[in-house]
Amino acid sequence: MTAGMPFYVSPEQLMKDRADFARKGIARGRSVVVLGYDHGIAFVAENPSRTLHKIGEIYDRIAFAAVGKYNEFENLRVAGVRYADLRGYSYDRSDVTARGLANAYAQTLGSVFTQESKPYEVEIVVAEVGDDPDSDQIYRLTYDGSVADERGLVAMGGASDQIEERLTEQWRVGLTLAQSLQLAVAGLAHDPAGGPDRELGPESLEVAVLDRTRSRRTFRRINGDLLGQLLSDDDPTDDVPPVDHDSPRQAASNPQTQRHGDEPTPDSD
Amino acid sequence: MTPVADGGGLPAAYLRTGSSSFTDFVAEHEPSLIPSRRGLPPGASIDAPHGTTIVTVIFEGGVLMAGDRRATMGNIIANRDMEKVFATDEFSVVGIAGTAGLAIELVRLFQVELEHYEKIEGALMSLEGKANRLASMIRGNLGMAMQGLSVVPIFAGYDHQAGLGRIFSYDVTGGCYEEHDHHSVGSGSLFARGALKKLYRPGMSGDEAVRVAVEALWDAADDDSATGGPDVGRRIWPTVALVTADGARFIPDDGVAPVVDAIIADRQGNPGGRRGGGAA
Repeated sequence: MTAGMPFYVSPEQLMKDRADFARKGIARGRSVVVLGYDHGIAFVAENPSRTLHKIGEIYDRIAFAAVGKYNEFENLRVAGVRYADLRGYSYDRSDVTARGLANAYAQTLGSVFTQESKPYEVEIVVAEVGDDPDSDQIYRLTYDGSVADERGLVAMGGASDQIEERLTEQWRVGLTLAQSLQLAVAGLAHDPAGGPDRELGPESLEVAVLDRTRSRRTFRRINGDLLGQLLSDDDPTDDVPPVDHDSPRQAASNPQTQRHGDEPTPDSD
Repeated sequence: MTPVADGGGLPAAYLRTGSSSFTDFVAEHEPSLIPSRRGLPPGASIDAPHGTTIVTVIFEGGVLMAGDRRATMGNIIANRDMEKVFATDEFSVVGIAGTAGLAIELVRLFQVELEHYEKIEGALMSLEGKANRLASMIRGNLGMAMQGLSVVPIFAGYDHQAGLGRIFSYDVTGGCYEEHDHHSVGSGSLFARGALKKLYRPGMSGDEAVRVAVEALWDAADDDSATGGPDVGRRIWPTVALVTADGARFIPDDGVAPVVDAIIADRQGNPGGRRGGGAA
C-alpha cells in the first residue's frame, strides 16, 4: 500500500513546500540588480552568455529582467512582448503600461503556483521609465504571484537580500549611469560568505538601460567598449551618448503621426 | 475583445511557444484585427480614398523613396496632405498606393511585425525576410483586392550584408519582385517611370537622387490628375525618405522646398523639363 505516504497534506504545508522548492531553484542562479539613475533605469545581470538574455525589451518605455529557470522566464518574456504589442496595436502605444503587465504576470504566476504540478522557479522585474526619477516604476514579482512596487533599487537571485541591503545604503536619487553601474557591479561581486570580492568585467555582465532622454524606444543594451568606459574609474564617460538624429526608431509607429516635421510633437506617440 | 482575459492573467496562447511573427499570433488569437480577415459581401464594391504615386531610386550608399501627398476618391481630392511613405523599422521604408485606409492599416501591422520579431529574436530580420513578410500580408489581402480594395506597396531598405540599398515591388497576388535602379507604383507611375529612365544615373549622390525623385513626381502630377504636385500655396511638399547604413530618415520640409523651387525655376518656359541644347 502507500506506506509512509501521508494521506493528508495541509494547505499550509503544501504552499510551504512549493515556496521552498521555488526559492531553492532561484537561489542557485546568479543575481540581477535593477536600479534608477538620473536619466533612466539600469539593469545589471551577471551573465556570461551573449545570447541567452536575462534582460529584455518589452515596449517603448518598459523592460523586463529575470532570474531563475531560463525556459520559464523566457516564456514569460515572450508573453509580455505579445501582450504589449497586441495592446499597443489595438489601442495606442501610450496605453501599454508596466502596471498592466505586472498585474497580468502576477495573475499568471499566482495561478501556476497554486494549480500546476510545480511553481515557476523565477523572480522577475517589470520596470517602466517615466519623465523624471519620481515617475519611474519598478515592480518585482515573485514565484507565487506577489507583486511589490519598489523604489529606486531591486536585487533578485542568489544572495539578493545581502546585495540589496548593501546597495540600499549607498544608492540615492540622481546618481549618474556610471555611478549606478559601478555600485551594482560592486554589489554583484561581493561574496556573501565573506571571501574577497570577485572580479566582474564587462565580458561577464549583461547590461541594459531604459533611457528617458530617448523619445520612443528607450531600451538600449550596453556592452563592449562603452560598458568598459562606464565601469572604469579613470574614464570620464558617465552616460550613454545622446541620439544625434531622430531615427524612426524614435518616432511613433502610427503611420499617421510618425513624421513630426521639423519639431517633435509633444508625446503624441 | 480585450487583450487581457482569463481573470486578468495572460491567456494560454501568450505563453505558448510558437512563432516570432506578430501577424501569425494575432491571426490565431484575435483574427478580427487582421485587415484581410474582413470580408465584403459578394459583388459589393465601395468607393474609398486611393493613394497615388510613389517613386524609389537607388543612390550610392542607400535608397530613396518619395511620394506625393494626394488621396483621391473618384474625381474628388479626399486628402491633400496624406503621408504615403512610412519608415517600417530603422533600415526600411514602405510606400503605398491603392486603398488608403487598408494600406495604412497594413503598414501599421507590418511595423509591429518587424518590431515584434526584433524583440523576440533579439536580432533584426534580414531585408529579404522583411520583403517576404510583406508579400505574405499582401497575399492575404487578395480577396479584398478582387473586390476593388487593392493595396500595392513598394518596399525599400538598406541591406547590411550586401552594403547597398534595394527595392522590392509587389503585385496584388503577393508576388514580390526585386527592382533595379529605380521603380514607381500608383496611378501616375507610368509618367514617373518615364521621367526616372531619363533622369537616373548610376552612382548618384543622395542629393541628386532627391532632385530626380521630386522631378519624377512632378512629371507624374503633370499628366495624372490623381497625383498631387508640390502645393506652393499651402507649402505641402512630397514626402522624401532616405535609407542608408545609418538608418532611415525623412527630409524635413525646409530641405524639400529648395528642390521644388529649383524645379519650378528650371521649368519656366520648359514645362517638359527638356535637357540640353535649349533655354532652361
